[in-house]
Amino acid sequence: MDHFEVFGLPRRLRIDGAELQRKFYELSRRYHPDFHQAAPAERQAEVLDASARLNAAYRALRDPISRIEYLVRLEEGRETKEGATVKPKAPPELLGEMFEIQEALQEAKASNRSDGLEPGARETLAAQRDRLLARYRDEEARLRGPLSEAWDAGGSAERSRVLGGFKDALATRAYLRTVIDDIDQALGEAGEGHVSHRRH
Amino acid sequence: MSRIVGIDLGTTNSLVAYVDDKTGQPRVISDRDGQRLLPSIVSFAGEGVLVGAAARRQLVRRPQSTVYSIKRLMGRGYEDVKGELRYFPFKVLPSEGIVKIEIGSREVTPPEVSAIVLRSLKERAEAHFGEPIEKAVVTVPAYFDDSQRQATKDAGRIAGLDVVRILNEPTAAALAYGLQRLHEGVVAVYDLGGGTFDISILRVKDGVFEVLATNGNTHLGGDDFDRAIVRWLLDEIRSGHGADLSPDPEAMQELRLAAEAAKVRLSTDERTPLTIPFDAFTYSREITRGDLEGLIGQLVDSTLLPCRMALADAGLAPADIDEVVLVGGSTRVPLVRRRVHELFGKTPHSQLNPDEVVALGAAVQAHILAGGITNMLLLDVTPLSLGIETLGGIVSVLIPRNTTIPTNAREMFTTSVDGQRVVDMHVVQGERELAKDCRSLARFELSGVDPMPAGMPKIEVVFLIDANGILQVTATELRTGKAAAIEVRPTYGLAEGDVDRMVEESFTYAEADVEARLLIEARNEADTVITHVERALRQGEALVGAEEQQTIGAALDALRRARATEDRELIREATTAMNRATEHLAELMMDAALKAALASRRADQVLEK
Repeated sequence: MDHFEVFGLPRRLRIDGAELQRKFYELSRRYHPDFHQAAPAERQAEVLDASARLNAAYRALRDPISRIEYLVRLEEGRETKEGATVKPKAPPELLGEMFEIQEALQEAKASNRSDGLEPGARETLAAQRDRLLARYRDEEARLRGPLSEAWDAGGSAERSRVLGGFKDALATRAYLRTVIDDIDQALGEAGEGHVSHRRH
Repeated sequence: MSRIVGIDLGTTNSLVAYVDDKTGQPRVISDRDGQRLLPSIVSFAGEGVLVGAAARRQLVRRPQSTVYSIKRLMGRGYEDVKGELRYFPFKVLPSEGIVKIEIGSREVTPPEVSAIVLRSLKERAEAHFGEPIEKAVVTVPAYFDDSQRQATKDAGRIAGLDVVRILNEPTAAALAYGLQRLHEGVVAVYDLGGGTFDISILRVKDGVFEVLATNGNTHLGGDDFDRAIVRWLLDEIRSGHGADLSPDPEAMQELRLAAEAAKVRLSTDERTPLTIPFDAFTYSREITRGDLEGLIGQLVDSTLLPCRMALADAGLAPADIDEVVLVGGSTRVPLVRRRVHELFGKTPHSQLNPDEVVALGAAVQAHILAGGITNMLLLDVTPLSLGIETLGGIVSVLIPRNTTIPTNAREMFTTSVDGQRVVDMHVVQGERELAKDCRSLARFELSGVDPMPAGMPKIEVVFLIDANGILQVTATELRTGKAAAIEVRPTYGLAEGDVDRMVEESFTYAEADVEARLLIEARNEADTVITHVERALRQGEALVGAEEQQTIGAALDALRRARATEDRELIREATTAMNRATEHLAELMMDAALKAALASRRADQVLEK
């Protein structure tokens, strides 16, 4: 049973979040081990498994991006392998800028300053980070918006093309995330909630 | 289903509670003297064991054999705790794996010490219900890792309790506040206890308490406030009296108790006198709330980063929080309240007694498990990412932090050498990329693999984190469908055989004569009083007349004689008489100390001008 089937849903990306939550709570009341304490051991093992599967399904589907990541794994027959995510890939048009950023980060690492950065370099990096963050958000908007809609509307030929689009966008997004986190770390802003904490 | 009680096994105090069948409300069970809190202190006094208030009275008298704040050592290794050992007067032995405490000629582990506290609560509940109690929900800090949870479960087993659920303290508190007091929405529970700090963010909706994220520090609490005060007092005494008290365990314990008491008073008073009689001199000064806040400011601020991280993990901003709940005795400190208020911009809830709310919530969860409540459901999370060590010491995360539990992950393993029959796995918990920076939970050894060329066997390993937040591992060889044998070697835990032995030993203790224990307690109390009176006489003799000196001397002789007998009642009476005879002297000494403190303050003020 895949995560969509757990909730009785078709393999589509538009999901009403409130309705999904309501269903999750309803199924939790049915399968949570708390309500089966007096059941025989065999039944307890069953509900434990069902409850774990339900929690995994909700986690994968509640967020629109992780929903797409799951869909890609499912379509490629890798659905049981948790954590097998798309490999980060630099978007070709940004390669020049990326080279500059990596160089600045290397310099920051090598320098002896306590905060590792000259004020000027700091400003430049922060500006670059903000541009990448905007690009990151664009990539997410494209995944959630037009690409998801194309998947839901498309036939099988259209869908395999959209799947490729998902993978490219996820790869770019993963790459941007890494670079943004690296810059944040160099700027000493990691973990301060400047950008959303790296979520699993 | 048999009765299940709820137990808060705290760093400083422990409690037991149940849900009253008639009212449906949770209630704390008192002991015979009407005390609701059981101090989490165990004193190994010669041939017997004291627990709670009786053990507390031994803190100064027998510092090396009286164990407190044991929760800080649960599920830990020597390397984890060696930095704070200088604050403990009892001796923790350097060893591999689980820490051990040396008491006289024997060694005890933290689960055994906690078991003594749990057993006392079990007996308290049994006296209340007039029937055996065998099942309990026991609470732990939400940020406790697998080893710390397992140690708590082991403690229950040693005490003869089946721990049917390990429950997170902040979520327990949310359950206690319940549907009547909490509106639907997002709730932040800020729990600062004696030794641990937790922050949990929950969504409460349709009777479901869904934890969205949790964070914390299992080594931060009121104990650390006390230590900050003690360090400051030590410096003061060093410069004022030229005495270094740090090598003297009895003096350190006196300092700690006085610091703790002053901290508590400063939650209501702006300033408070601090008077500590030592053998050579009596130390007196006044301490203000401002002094205290200067000492603990950084510690309080260090709770704010975990709060922000939990919010980020939940994908929320402080303004998204609808209600804030305060839990734990340390949230009585006004500075803590101020900081929490500033962070969330809301006045926190504190209607329920912060010392009791966790036990009440544990009772509610116990009632849910017993089938007594069906409209409430708690969905909790695992606080730390779980992973396995792979090539190069890198961690491969299998279950990310803040995943709703129960949860599982599957991973395929194979062999790397032809004919290999055993496969090793190292399981860790934590957020760092290298295994050596994470918390080592256990090494698993899969054995009985059929000899085959390298890479041929397919072993599927399922890692399950159950509703207690505790890891269970099973393995299957996929070609044969045969379950693989797994040997677990917990890094900081007790092996199965150890727990069995401890269960047996504790039964022998349970059969020990109650009368004998009461006699030991009476004698210890007499010893404490004798020491105090001797010291008072040395320092305050000049304050009272010859006649009074004689009365006190006579009472002291009578008490020493009674102490030598086996007659518990006689010792008790003589102790009471001794206390009465010295009441006046104690008053005079306190006055003198206060006057001295006031005089020195006036001198300070004069100097400032």
